[in-house]
Formats: sequence, C-alpha cells, structure tokens
Amino acid sequence: MAVTALEGDAGPDVDRTSLKTKLRRAERVNRVRSFSLVAPLLLFVLAVFALPIGLMLVRSVENTEVRETMPRTIAALDGWDGQATPGEDVFAAFAEDLVQTQKERTTALVGKRINYEVPGARSRFLKAGRLIDAGGGGPWGEKFIASDPEWGSVEFWAIMKRAGNTLTPYYLLTSLDLRQDAEGAISRNAPDQSIFIDIFIRTIWISLLVTLATLVLGYPVAHLLAILPPARANVLMILVLLPFTTSILVRTTAWIVLLQSNGVLNDILLALNLTTERVQLIFNRFGTVLAMTHIQLPFTILPIYSVMKSIPASHLRAARSLGAGPLTAFVSVYMPQTLPGVGAGCLLTFILSLGYYITPALVGGPQDQMVSYFVALYTNREMNWGQASALGAILLLITLALYALFNRVVGIDKVKLG
Amino acid sequence: MLAPSYATPREKLFYFFFALFCGVVFLFLIGPILVIMPLSFSSEPWFTYPLPGLSLRWYIDFFTDERWRIALQNSGIVAVFATLIATGLGTLAALGLSRGNVPFAGLILSILISPMIVPVVIVAVAMFFGFAAVGLNNTYLGLILAHAILGTPFVVITVTATLTGFDRTLTRAAASLGASPWTAFRTITLPLIAPGVTSGALFAFVTSWDEVVVALFLASPDQRTLPRQMFSGIREQISPTITAAATLLVIFAALLMLTLELLRRRSERLRGTGA
Repeated sequence: MAVTALEGDAGPDVDRTSLKTKLRRAERVNRVRSFSLVAPLLLFVLAVFALPIGLMLVRSVENTEVRETMPRTIAALDGWDGQATPGEDVFAAFAEDLVQTQKERTTALVGKRINYEVPGARSRFLKAGRLIDAGGGGPWGEKFIASDPEWGSVEFWAIMKRAGNTLTPYYLLTSLDLRQDAEGAISRNAPDQSIFIDIFIRTIWISLLVTLATLVLGYPVAHLLAILPPARANVLMILVLLPFTTSILVRTTAWIVLLQSNGVLNDILLALNLTTERVQLIFNRFGTVLAMTHIQLPFTILPIYSVMKSIPASHLRAARSLGAGPLTAFVSVYMPQTLPGVGAGCLLTFILSLGYYITPALVGGPQDQMVSYFVALYTNREMNWGQASALGAILLLITLALYALFNRVVGIDKVKLG
Repeated sequence: MLAPSYATPREKLFYFFFALFCGVVFLFLIGPILVIMPLSFSSEPWFTYPLPGLSLRWYIDFFTDERWRIALQNSGIVAVFATLIATGLGTLAALGLSRGNVPFAGLILSILISPMIVPVVIVAVAMFFGFAAVGLNNTYLGLILAHAILGTPFVVITVTATLTGFDRTLTRAAASLGASPWTAFRTITLPLIAPGVTSGALFAFVTSWDEVVVALFLASPDQRTLPRQMFSGIREQISPTITAAATLLVIFAALLMLTLELLRRRSERLRGTGA
C-alpha cells in the first residue's frame, strides 16, 4: 500500500528510490526485531531438544566400539582378502589388542558388540582374554584356533572386519528384522529372532484401536455438547476437561484399582451375577486399550467439538425442510462438515498413541508393550544403546511423517487447548 | 429436550438412546476418577466397596513419610522453574511469530510445537545420552531444562491463540502517543494477553508436575518427583497412600481447570467476543 502511494508521487526518481530503500530497511529492522523475539526459544529448543535427538539418530548408525578398542586388528584386517582364514599378522595384532583390552577391561565390550551378529562371541572373547592373561607368545593363530576352532572361521573375521567400520546399518536392519550376512547380502532374520516388525505392527494396531474407540465414543458426545444450550454444555464440558487435566498416572492408577481381579469392576460383575468367577481385565490387551482410550478421549472430542460448534443449526433444519429424512440430513449435510474436526482429533490421538509407554507398562501384559517400552528397555536394561536409538529413530520417523500430514491437513496453528 | 420440535416419535426415541449413550460415555470419562477418591479415605489397605471404615491414615502417611515429602518438594521446585523458563521464552516467541514477518514462520512453529508430538520416551532417551555428555544427568538443572522444553509448546499455542484476536492498532496508537515499545508492551499488550500467558503457564506447570518418563531417565533418587514416586509405588504394590496422592492431584487438577475456565471467560470479555 505504502509503496504504490509513493510511486504515485510526482517527486524525483532519486527521492523515490531512497524512500523505497528506507522503507525496505525499516522492514528489515522490523523483521530482525521479530526474529530476535523468536530466537531465544528456537535456540533453546534446538540445543536442548533437537540436538540430543539428532545425536540419538547418529547413535543408531554409529559403530565405534571395535575400531576404538581393537585398532591394530582392524588395521591388519584391511589387507585381508576375505578368502581364507587370516594370516598370523591379523592374529598377532588381535593378541596385541587383547593385551590392551584386558588391561582396560574392555574385552567384554567388544565381545558384546560382536555377539549381536555372531551368537556366542562374547564368551569366546572372554576366553581369548584369559588365554592372553596366561602369558606366552605366538604363533597366535594356531593358539587361538586350538582353543576354539571358531577363531578360524572366515565368516567370523568378515563380520569382525565389517564391525570395524565407523558406521553400521546393523541396528536399523535389526529393528526391521533384517540381517546382513558376511558377504553383505540382506535377508530376513530367522523367525525366532524376528520380534521388531511384530512390535511396530502391534503399536500401530493398538493406536488404531484406541483412535477408533475414541471416535465412536467421542463423536456423539461432541455432537451433544455442540447442540446443547451453552449453560448445560459448559457443565458437561467439565466431565471432559477434568480427566483431561488429571495426571495420566492418576488415571492409570484408577484403572488398575478398577480392573484388577479383586477390584471394583469385578465386584460389580459378581454382584450382578454376570460372571461366576473373577475375570482377567488387566495386564492384557483389553485393559491397555481401555485405559488408553480413556486418556485419549478428550483429545479426540475437543477438536471435533470445536468444528461442530461452528456448523449452523439451520443447515440441518434446511435439509429437513427440503424433504430429507433425519438420517439423510445428518449423514449428507452435517457429517461432511465435521470431517476436518474428525481428521484433526483422530490424527492427534493416533500420533500421541504411538508414543505410549507408561500406561501399557502399568496395565498391559508382555504382549501389549509398544515400541516406546522397548526403547526404554534397550536403554536401561540391555544397555544396547545402538538398538534403542535405532528403534527410536524409526518410531520418530513414523511420528514425524504423521505430524507433517497433520500440519498439511489441519495446520498446527489451528490447534487449541481447552 | 434434545430433539427438535418437529421430530417424529421414532426420532424422539433415537434421541433418547443418543442421550443415554452420551451418559454412559460421560460415566466412563469421570467414573474412574470418582472411584479412586473415596478409597483414599478407607481405614484398611485394600480396595473394596463398601469401605470397611473411614480414616485419614493414608493422608497422614503421605504428608509425614519422608519419601513423599521430598518428592512433593522436588516436583514443586522443578515445576516452578520449568514453568518460568517455558512461559518466558514461549511468550516472547509467540509475540515474535504473531508479528507476521518472521521468515520461515511455519517451519519455526512446527519445530517449536514438536516437543508435544515426539514420543516422550524418545525425548527422555535422547536427553539421557545428550545430558550425560555435559554432566546434566541427575541434576535439578537437567530435569528443569527438560521439563521446560516439554512445556513450551503449550505456552506458544495458548499465547498465539490470544494474539490472533489482538488488535494491533492499540499498540500503534500507544506508539503514536509517544510510548516506547517496552512501555506499549507493558501497559497495552501484556494486560490483554495475560489470560493466554497464564493459561499457557498453567499447562506448562501441569506438564512438568505430571511428567514421569523423563524424570525416570534423568533424575537420580535425590530428584525423584511425585509422579516418579507414584510410578515406583504402582510398580511394586499399590498402597492406599498412592490413592491419597492421586486424590490430592485430582483436586489440584480441578482447581486448575476452574482457573483455566475463569481465564478463558476473562479473555473473551477483554476481547469483547464471547457471551
């Protein structure tokens, strides 16, 4: 606006450009000022949130254990052609490295890393360490192979050589139940070791069930809240918002109290003679989906409600007056207009459900644990941080893809709270 | 009463079942929370109705037991500081973004909101590794920073929502009357966006107050928070002290919701929209 007005002026060209420049400069100053308001939080989020997550992603392909602890062996393996058992130079380097790892107590660490790909390797490494401790000299090749013929395996040394690379696809492949053999070909893991695809499918399936349940339960409630007079709707809204602001842990505790075999729900079922013995309601899929549905229900209801609230009641009346039956009017006039809310609510619930950890851990059984549980398990208990990071990376990828979809379909700036 | 006046008897019957269905869903929503509260007043440590007798022993236990007391104190410290950081930075960012001339505003907003979307275990594990490198694990500061991150999206969302209805001519008028940007902000903008800032702060507070996963990874027993104490309690054996803690948290949540509702009304009144 300002620019066109200026151009209409009869002033000389020089003034016009200088005014334009000034205006542009003022706008730039303004932009910088706006950005400087955003910058502190952006930097904070990038440093404390995005950077650690980025490092976690790196960790899912990082592979420094073997290279750092057995540098001589890896260097010696560089010259190995992979056709036959490596020569004495490799074994001598390996023995030298083992002397070092025994001193630094890292033999078990390397053994554990190789053990991921060669079952039994950890104990073989520990045995080799004891062989080194016993003292004596070479030739090491004969000595190692005499202690365990597996030391002569070409396949083992090929995997050892590969484990010396600084990057590995191993953890990501394992997260997808894939393995890479000594030659580098990728194949499916043995069925008894294939657990992760099942876990991802389970996670998605539970999230779908929860999303569907919240939609079926939430859609009518959102409609009721939208058509009631405000005073009564506000009272009923409390019943939606109180659970929303109550701690997830409190609600999960409540479900444990309700569902356990000597809990309240079983008491009611027995008192009503609906069952003759106590039913297992908890530590199974039913309990998990029920508790998660309870927690997610407000997240689905609120976006649907806010869309329904904006649909004029006259639309339905008009449809009816034009001869549509109640069902036709609802399905063909009202429901299509609620779809943006349904999309927003369901997508939000689905995305949030994918990351559930606490609730399944407390009310689910072993078969109901979702990806997050295994990320925590591999971090805390198994100490296999590469695997934890790889599982986390895949879960993050799925979540972010859905988040991008949500952003495109709904728009993150449209999200409201309460 | 729900059915329109022109409804046929069949429709009225339908509306009856519709209302009934909604009633059941409301019961489902509120029931579990209502069931757990009376159990905290039980005189015996088992969870059955009718209650064997009434007592306050679990509340006495909650307030006298050293572990619960420390957990309550830790939760308070961490939540207050996390809220201050989240509210300060979040409000500034929302103000900047709402000026409408920030380059890549959409991308920046997505990044700022993402802590709400990324599964919390990923946040916890990533920070567990990242913070270990700089010695922030097992410190109050680490936990406060992590909780502040989780709280900021709520502040950004609520303040942005308040600012969309904000009349910019007000600050321009202030500036034309000679007010410095800071004076204009303090006397014009801040009072008008205060309800949004406060409800954002409340959401940030409750996020930290309820957070358990990050606390499990980043905090040592010294920094154990209330949810973490509850979590280990549930894991081992649900003692009625947990139901007492839960009841107190429900009351806390109810007060919070009430405050949010009052703030929403105030905000609507200030903007001259709403009823």
